[in-house]
This record gives sequence, structure tokens and C-alpha cells, in this order.
Amino acid sequence: MTDPRIAGAGVTKFGKHPERTGRDLFAEAGLEALDDAGVAPDDVDALYYGNFMGELAEHQGHQGPLMAEAIGLDAPATRFEAACASAGAAVREAVKSLRNGESDVIVVGGAERMTNIGTAAATDALAIAADDLYEIRAGMTFPGAYALMARSYFDQYGGSHEDLAHIAVKNHEHALVNEHAQIQKAITVEDALEAPTIASPLGLYDSCPITDGAAAAVLTSEEYAEDHGLDAPIAVTGTGQGGDNLALQDRPHLAQTPAADKAAEEAYADAGIGPDDVDFAEVHDCFTIAEVLAIESLGFYDHGEGIHAATNGETDRHGELPINLSGGLKAKGHPVGATGVAQLATAAWVLDGSHPRADAVPDGTVGVTHNAGGTVASTTVHVLEVRE
Amino acid sequence: MTDAAPDGQYDAWLDAIEDGEAYYIECENGHGWLPPRRVCPDCGSRELTEEQMPESGEVLTHSTITVPTPQFEDDAPYVTAIADFGPVSVTGLVRGIDPDDVTIGTVVGLHVGERATTGDRAVVFEPR
Ligand SMILES: [Zn+2]
Repeated sequence: MTDPRIAGAGVTKFGKHPERTGRDLFAEAGLEALDDAGVAPDDVDALYYGNFMGELAEHQGHQGPLMAEAIGLDAPATRFEAACASAGAAVREAVKSLRNGESDVIVVGGAERMTNIGTAAATDALAIAADDLYEIRAGMTFPGAYALMARSYFDQYGGSHEDLAHIAVKNHEHALVNEHAQIQKAITVEDALEAPTIASPLGLYDSCPITDGAAAAVLTSEEYAEDHGLDAPIAVTGTGQGGDNLALQDRPHLAQTPAADKAAEEAYADAGIGPDDVDFAEVHDCFTIAEVLAIESLGFYDHGEGIHAATNGETDRHGELPINLSGGLKAKGHPVGATGVAQLATAAWVLDGSHPRADAVPDGTVGVTHNAGGTVASTTVHVLEVRE
Repeated sequence: MTDAAPDGQYDAWLDAIEDGEAYYIECENGHGWLPPRRVCPDCGSRELTEEQMPESGEVLTHSTITVPTPQFEDDAPYVTAIADFGPVSVTGLVRGIDPDDVTIGTVVGLHVGERATTGDRAVVFEPR
């Protein structure tokens, strides 16, 4: 078994592009990834593509073949849907196919068009990642669900909204030099605490923005990369995925994310590493509390201990374990179906030194990505390592 | 309000709450769930029976939603909560109490109310 290589990646500027179609966004990212990889389109065996709300935002299902066409591929194309973890699921299936020898080259990617339908409709579209009968009909929104988890966390473990504000401040600071990021603006703890409430206890600055964007990467087998002389030193060495009850009400823990625990354990075991070996991580901080839950599930902190990490400076770019050097979903933006591959691209760029925040981990050799769907009923975790 | 077909066992469950006969579903190993279920996700048992729901539950967590979906536009701001009824937890709208007075541990009863925005039925908690 060989570890797939990341031969190239492309990410659009994340932000508000209401007039740009999903196919145009994906074409930009996909063509950039193909050009970066230097792989002939004829060599691509498949497109694995993530998208969540295409039916609602663009009245467009069956996006796999549409997106293959958009980047000039004559190859089988399948859409993966796992809410906000759609692209992470696509990456995982690509890794499996490359490892078992079925494929030599797979384009993975994702795209989401969200701002064209406005905030209310986008809030509605995001909500359908929850249980329609038992959550949406009881007024649950996407921020509302994380608010329920945040309040439960404070109740069980302590911590405060101010701790969450430090996470937002950190991720905004990280994004300042990221030209792909939706928000390149420094904020203060006071800004975050004084922002309007969306779903108590969470405010505007605890929440990722609504974003249009796309991301793509070209993954190849080790053999293909060697045979074709590709410059592809970054390997995906571990993959894991975990699941949980869809509805929060059916889970034993409201302040833990066992789906992510399972995904992390599996990915670490697959890569033969542990949390102590990780130099940095890109985690799914759709809300500030989500970053806390993520770094605990990834084993960087015990449950109940991750809340003060940003407050103490442990997870900023000067800290021991930088989290979300891209700015995270919070500042980089969260075009839902693209996020998992955007994280993969960021981690690869940090490891090869080409990311503007790569100097945070100058000798870094191991990066981890954590992509969560809904209220973490789906999670994928991937381990990336430098292989010469 | 809606002309759509009822959602089977879910709507039957709301009917039961309205009739004062709220129930939950229990597997032979004592795991509780809400309908519709054909199998217990915890233990795989398909021996499921309807059991009487406890009279009251306790709020486990809650949020006051100020940015709603369009289906709750006229309801906002409103409180959504998960309440622990023992064998099962339920998500519902908290009414009959000032939103600022809802706390973890607030004791509530299970009811069915109408959504202000659409008139559709919704699970409602009221202090008891
Ligand atoms: Zn059972």
C-alpha cells in the first residue's frame, strides 16, 4: 500500500461572489490544481466532488459530471454529500481508491455557492444538515445547534464567551496574510464580545461567514508521481471517518464530538503517529466552540481542557501547536462543500513552505485536517506528511 | 396549514402529546428513542415498545435564537432547548417563561404548539 501524493491544489478567493456560478468557481480551482500538478487531463481516472446545498442554492443536483465537464475531464465523476464534511469524504474515498490500486490520478474538490440566495435562505439551507423532524421543526438553526453545544460545554467544563472570543481574534489574525481568505481584518476580544448575538451565547464573531468558493487538489499514487517526475513531496498518510446520531438530542454528550474522536483515532493509527507528533492542524471552526471540540477530539487536549488554548496563546502562530493558520472557517470563509479540500490544500502548502503562514512551523513535517459535517454527525480526519 | 401528507409516526406522536398520552419508544434493553424507529441504534434490537413519557423533563441546554430560518421569522426571538425526560431527550421551543429566565435545570412539561410564522405544529416546553 502506498500513500497518495498531493500533486497540485487550487483554491478560489473565498468570499461573496453572488454572480458567479458554482461551475465557474469550481472551474477556476480545478484548472489551477491541474496546472499546478502538471498532470494531463487524460490521465485523470475520476473526479470526487463535494457539495452540500446545490439543489437549494442553484437548483442543481447531479453536479459530479457537470464539474468534470467544467474542468475538461472525460472521467467518471461522483458527488459526495456529508454536509460540511462533503469534501473531506471525497478526499477519503480518493485516498482509498489510490491506495488499492484502482486509480492513479484523482481530482478531489468541492464548491458551494451560498450568498446568491441571501442570509435567510442560506440559514435555512444550512439547517437541513440537522434532523428535520426533531430539530429544524423545533427552531434549530446551524448557529443555534452550536450554541446548544457551547452552553452545555460551559456548564460541564467551564470556560466563557471570552475564551471563544480569543479563538475568533486568533483566526482573524492568521487570515490577515491569506489572500484566499474572505475576511482579512483584525478584530479585538472586545469587538467579538460586543457583536450582535445570533443564537445565545454565540454572537456574530463566533460564526463563520456565508461564503462562495471552490477548492480542488490532484491526488496521485506514489508510483504515478515517481514515474512522471512530479514534484509532490506531500503525502496523505492517514485517513479516518467517524459518525454519530444525527440529532443532538440522541447523543450522550452535548459537549463532546465522538465522531471526531473516532475519525482521529483511525487516521492516527493509519498514519502510525499520535497527537504529539502533529506540528499544526486545520480544524473545522464553523463556530468558535467547534474549534474547542475539534482540538479535544484530535487528542491535543483532554475533554474540557481545550477552551483556554487560544486564550493562553497555545494555538496561535507563535504557540506550541498552531491551529488554523489559514484563518480557519471563521476568517477564511466556509463554502461548505469546498472546505475539506481547502483544508487539505492549506496543510500541503504549510508543509511545503509556500503558505504565507508556513513560518509558524518552519520544520513542520506533520499536519492534520479535521472536517466536520452538521453538528459533527460526520467527521473526516486526514494526516499529511512530508515524504521526499 | 400544510396540504402535505402527514409524516407518519412523527405526526402520530404529536397527536399523542396533544391527547395527553405522550410516549417514547423503548427497546428490550431499555434504550429510549423517539419515533419513527424500527431498530435501536445502540444495541440493534428490533423489539420496540411504546412506553409512557415521564411528566416532566429538565432543560439540558438552551439558546435564544435571534437569526432564524424563514420558517421561524415571526417567532424570533425564541428559545430552543434540549430537555432530558429520562429515557429520552427532546428538542423543543421553550414558551411561557421569559427567555432570560430559562436556565439549565428548568423543569418543563411536553406540549404541542403552533409556530407563529407558519402555523405548523411544533414541540413546545412550558415550565411546570
Ligand atoms: Zn437498545
